Amino acid sequence: MTEMVYGSIPVQTGDPILPRWWRAIDKWTLSCVLALFAIGLLLGLAASPPLAERNDKEPFYYVIKQAQFGGLAMIVMFVTSMMTPKVVRRLATLGFIAAFVAVLALPFIGTDFGKGAVRWLSLGGLSVQPSEFLKPGFIVVAAWLMSASQDIGGPPGKLYSFILTAAIVLILALQPDFGQASLVLFGWCVIYFVAGAPMLLLVGVAGMTTLAGSFAYMNSEHFARRIDGFLNPEVDPRTQLGYATNAIREGGLFGVGVGEGQVKMSLPDAHTDFIIAVAAEEYGLVLVLLVVALYAAVVIRSLHRLSKERDPFIRLAGTGLACMFSVQAMINMGVAVRLLPAKGMTLPFVSYGGSSVIASGIVMGMLLAFTRSRPQGQIGDIFSRRGR
Amino acid sequence: MIRTPLRPLARILNARQAGENPDAIEAENKRIRHEAMRDTDRVRAESRLYILGGCFFFAFTAIILKMGVIATTLPEEPQVSRSGDPILSMRSDIVDREGRVLATNFDTYAVYAHPRDMIDPEVAASELARIFPELDEERLLKDFTGNRSFVWIRRQISPEQMQEVFDIGEPGLLFGPREMRLYPNGPVASHILGGSNFGRESVDSAEIVGIAGVERQFDDYLRDPANGGAPLQLSIDLTIQAATERVLAGGMMLMNAKGAAAVLMDVHTGEIISMASLPDFDPNNRPTVLTQGDQSDSPLFNRAVQGVYELGSTFKILAVAQALELGLVNPDTMIQTQPAIRIGGFAINDFHSYGRENSVTDVIAKSSNIGTAHIAEMIGGERQQEFLRSLGILDVSPVELSEARAGRPQYPRDWTPINTMTISYGHGVAASPLHLASAYATLANGGRLVTPTLIHDASNTVGERVISETTARQSVDMLRQVVTRGTASFGEVAGYEVAGKTGTADKVRPTGGYYDDKVIATFASVFPASDPKYVLVVTLDEPNDTTGSEPRRTAGWTAVPVAAEMIRRVAPLLGLRPNIETPLMTGVSLASE
Repeated sequence: MTEMVYGSIPVQTGDPILPRWWRAIDKWTLSCVLALFAIGLLLGLAASPPLAERNDKEPFYYVIKQAQFGGLAMIVMFVTSMMTPKVVRRLATLGFIAAFVAVLALPFIGTDFGKGAVRWLSLGGLSVQPSEFLKPGFIVVAAWLMSASQDIGGPPGKLYSFILTAAIVLILALQPDFGQASLVLFGWCVIYFVAGAPMLLLVGVAGMTTLAGSFAYMNSEHFARRIDGFLNPEVDPRTQLGYATNAIREGGLFGVGVGEGQVKMSLPDAHTDFIIAVAAEEYGLVLVLLVVALYAAVVIRSLHRLSKERDPFIRLAGTGLACMFSVQAMINMGVAVRLLPAKGMTLPFVSYGGSSVIASGIVMGMLLAFTRSRPQGQIGDIFSRRGR
Repeated sequence: MIRTPLRPLARILNARQAGENPDAIEAENKRIRHEAMRDTDRVRAESRLYILGGCFFFAFTAIILKMGVIATTLPEEPQVSRSGDPILSMRSDIVDREGRVLATNFDTYAVYAHPRDMIDPEVAASELARIFPELDEERLLKDFTGNRSFVWIRRQISPEQMQEVFDIGEPGLLFGPREMRLYPNGPVASHILGGSNFGRESVDSAEIVGIAGVERQFDDYLRDPANGGAPLQLSIDLTIQAATERVLAGGMMLMNAKGAAAVLMDVHTGEIISMASLPDFDPNNRPTVLTQGDQSDSPLFNRAVQGVYELGSTFKILAVAQALELGLVNPDTMIQTQPAIRIGGFAINDFHSYGRENSVTDVIAKSSNIGTAHIAEMIGGERQQEFLRSLGILDVSPVELSEARAGRPQYPRDWTPINTMTISYGHGVAASPLHLASAYATLANGGRLVTPTLIHDASNTVGERVISETTARQSVDMLRQVVTRGTASFGEVAGYEVAGKTGTADKVRPTGGYYDDKVIATFASVFPASDPKYVLVVTLDEPNDTTGSEPRRTAGWTAVPVAAEMIRRVAPLLGLRPNIETPLMTGVSLASE
């Protein structure tokens, strides 16, 4: 009694953390993410030994490394998903500022690893790609600004977030990293769309894009050639895309068998950008179908849960994160099957890459935190006869 | 839009009377409005989220479908990824019209290092510096002992060098097989072949990419595995190309020129038999692009195709041919050649005075600017422009060289009467020697349009008729007289009936205006005149013949003797029989009689 009165024994108000988390978390999305990560490790077992051999490492060096980074990413994801949206917002804003400063500082202290574009920071043996961490932070900040503009007397968040987006896109394009730049731009567009972009504007932009595209196609030989090359069903068998196409074709429905694939020997990016080709060759269409279904499940389920969400910030931030996550996956796979023009982009959780997997862990952690089921005030609707 | 006020006056007054705080009313109204706004937002967002979800669903479905289509179609082409060594013998050879090799592939090795596997980096560095003197030992040692895991040493090495590297016995030095492009004839035909470079490259293979000339123009063809290694056959004749280059180099040296170009073309097919530009280079070891100064001074610059020059009086025959074709003159029509024409503060003058009147034939033979300008006046600017365009002189040459696009002819945007006159004697339009050769070929073959080509193909033929056969015949006859009694008397080659026209154009100053002492001297010739088969254009850049008492720069003294020597050397190689006059048999009795 005394202890209780004087507070020397902590009194638990409400449920303990874990049961509350378990009850509220979106278990389907969580399982999908875990399954994707497991598939990534499985494919890494097949895809990375040739690379390890080229770099004179143990055969499964990269698998072990990926498991370590992935484990870290899982921890980050679980911890993040236990936070409340408000804490997530605060940390994400701080993270965004840090990542933004890091991206700005890249030209002075970054390295390019001989790949031509300065995108990496070298931190005592660890190389970090700050733009990977900029994306989730940016989504949260943009969603916050956008939702603030929906309050009466709120700041003009749409304009401010647009200015911020333009600045980031410009900086990323100067690196140059058009992939990340377009992802950031896409994230902002999705948020703006859900926050209520005027329909007229959307139709106008779509029309303008079509017009400008066909104009460029008619008048620029270079542009037309690239598009023709992309539309052309024949693919040069000596390019990465050609190898990927061949691998998918070889794999057929059920694959050539575990470890029997050839494409990992010839593709330099077999473990990152073209891992889906390795999957298709060794395990066939079946595994690809599963992978795509998992990504689709994550995004569609998250969007469904967010459509019930009443807090505008949570709705917008969650939408941005879910869409960016799955668009990245979509672009990666779209390139491999030549639905999209070539662009290097990793497959979240499946591709090899430390920065990428940890950033994906943060994204999914935040998304899970946002999609947790919480009281939405439906009872208030019933009392006040508001709502639908 | 009508808005409900947040502070409705009536209610506030009532509240004041009742002693309540009116701020509460404002807060209440604000809350209601906010909630209504949120509700509409939420409803809209809900539908838009479903739209987004739908989009994603369709996109993922599309990926699956495409993947399914790929996975269920059978492989149609040989699996390059399966063949043992995908890099060897991939690029087709290039051969001349007789099948002699101009460019081929050569198996070689690259040498690279894995410093981590090195036993003795110091010995390796010093030995490598000994084998490859251009490598720096300290730099190598730094690379080998630092934390780099991979170091390129050389991209191509000879078998002897490979053996020597092998003999170092260092396990950290490794070889990667690759192909290199080899041009066995060195600088011969260098501007036509262009050159190649390594594209994407890994340790065990490298892609060869054409970067200039036909290597670039036909890059896709040469790399296409579907050709099965069939060589690309050019219209060039290696022997004649070598002779052309040799004579041109000698002439360039004798005439103190800084550059020279020659084009030899078959008038009946448009095939280019030889084409040279000096200074040249060795495509096995392409020089780097100039970083400063004028790119046209670089050995990489193809003067025959990329260089557009005002080609001077060689254009006169085009004006005369058009006037003949239009029936404005005949070869004997007298044309005024005195006095000088003054038009718009500009004087058209001749090199010497040729008397008051000359026949059209003499205008060409003596090369009278005044006479040609009068003829051009009769033709008029519009028809002149149309005629030059029909000959292809005003458009980019269609020849199969990637550099041809850089040789875009220059001509005045508004074709004034002054332009018409100056263009008739080759000033005001700048074109490449190849353009000129094609135009002369059209005159020489009886008036059918010639499309220059570098590809040997039995189907190459002349195009539509541009001028009548009679006009063409008369033009060639006039050109023949330029050699027999006109400005190109040094052009006579016994037995080959050379016909041609000289052209000496002052060079344009980069700052505007013309140089007094720098010219482009050109001789465009056709041979043999009685049945024209070939066109040869020789151009010298800034020639200066100093053997006489005063420097001589005109084409008759510089380009013509060079061209004559070239014909003397090349005509027998082309298989032309000299047309020798039968000696009179007086006082000779043959043994057979």
